[in-house]
Amino acid sequence: MAAEGTGINWYKYSAPHTFYPLAGRLIPWFAGLALVFCLVGLYIGFFVAPTEARQGEAYRIIFIHVPAAWMSMFTYVVMALWAALGLAFNTRLSSMMASALAPTGALMTFIALWTGALWGRPTWGTYWVWDARLTSELILLFLYFGFLALEAAIEDTRRADRACAVLALVGVVNVPIIYFSVKWWNTLHQGATVSLESAPRMATTMLAGMAMLALGFWMYCIAAALHRVRSIILERERRADWVRGVT
Amino acid sequence: MLRIFLAVIRRDLMLAFRQRMDVMNTLLFFVVVVTIVPLGVGADPNLLRAIAPGVVWVAALLAAVLSLQRLFASDNQDGTLEQMLLAGEPLTVIVLGKVVAHWLVTGIPVTVISILLALMFDIDRDAALTLCLSLATGTPVLSFLGAVGASLTLSLRGAGVLISLLVLPLYIPVLILGAGAAEAVASGLDGTPYLLLLAALSLLAMVLTPWAIAAALRISIE
Repeated sequence: MAAEGTGINWYKYSAPHTFYPLAGRLIPWFAGLALVFCLVGLYIGFFVAPTEARQGEAYRIIFIHVPAAWMSMFTYVVMALWAALGLAFNTRLSSMMASALAPTGALMTFIALWTGALWGRPTWGTYWVWDARLTSELILLFLYFGFLALEAAIEDTRRADRACAVLALVGVVNVPIIYFSVKWWNTLHQGATVSLESAPRMATTMLAGMAMLALGFWMYCIAAALHRVRSIILERERRADWVRGVT
Repeated sequence: MLRIFLAVIRRDLMLAFRQRMDVMNTLLFFVVVVTIVPLGVGADPNLLRAIAPGVVWVAALLAAVLSLQRLFASDNQDGTLEQMLLAGEPLTVIVLGKVVAHWLVTGIPVTVISILLALMFDIDRDAALTLCLSLATGTPVLSFLGAVGASLTLSLRGAGVLISLLVLPLYIPVLILGAGAAEAVASGLDGTPYLLLLAALSLLAMVLTPWAIAAALRISIE
């Protein structure tokens, strides 16, 4: 199975006992980068970026809201991808990655909803509107909860992995609907803030701050998932010899 | 393949006919849920007229979720499901037959009785007709997506609540389109686009979910 003689052996790290130390070495890097990017992004967002003309200072919550919303959707897709890999190739580590990503994704979804509510109060005058985007973000949170609930309900981890993989794949069909829902039901929510079709309407400093925080959130999610997957590996491989050597 | 498909439908319909009360219970539940809403929100005719499509659709969703547990559970208990998995026939076709039969005994009665409920809410004829049509085109999605949840949670403790948690969020597009159709007609707009989108979702679910259901059944029964 190992592709020998082709430089890097990619299969080497698909085994939990080789991935465990690798993840341990990677975590400080990602965590450190997350801290740096977030601090720089927050500094730009709160001290450098100009005050927005219509919304005043309240708009600054966008710097946390938008990256969290991006990560919430993206994490679900990545989770479904890992789950699909686990289902297709029957690799234990892929399924572990999927279950490690789910709580982080749920957290990002929750942050996006929470900051959205706090942002909605000064700009729309209400914490919550039954707008397409808000509602579909809430649905995404429910999808994460469903994934976690199904995983918790099945005792046999191999069955849980594969059942959750099917659920994630069915749910991932919902993510595009979330993304395009803005075009389906046009209501209170403003259109996409960063659009690829037209030139960005935001000031460059605002964009820079948001990009920094988005990168920071990326790094955080990777670090958190790696940390969690290490715990999952230890838990599931507790009867393996190498785990006794680690602990 | 068509033969096995029809055989499965005939079998499940006969089983449903032999246990009529199960089918009736789902339908009664649907009617009761719709009936208690006016008691909760008040009997203002204008309000009731406005919320009628949504209420009927929400009740249809809940009735579908409740009926799902039965879909594979009894076959699993008496070992029939295992035989279906072992049979030489494609599992997707068997599953398709089972889900279609489920729709025939839950989706169709709900659709028919909804006309009566629409009268109770005093919505006009065109809107009532659209509501009925939207249920006819939308309920297949409820059966197909619901079957995914039912097969994933097969023989788990607390499966009933878990199915609702897994499946209800996935039902939301259907709910929005279904209730939207009747609301559009009630406010003088065209309901056809909603119905077409519902039909599209139904076809999509019919094509894609049997694979997921078959995979989930194989996972649940090792």
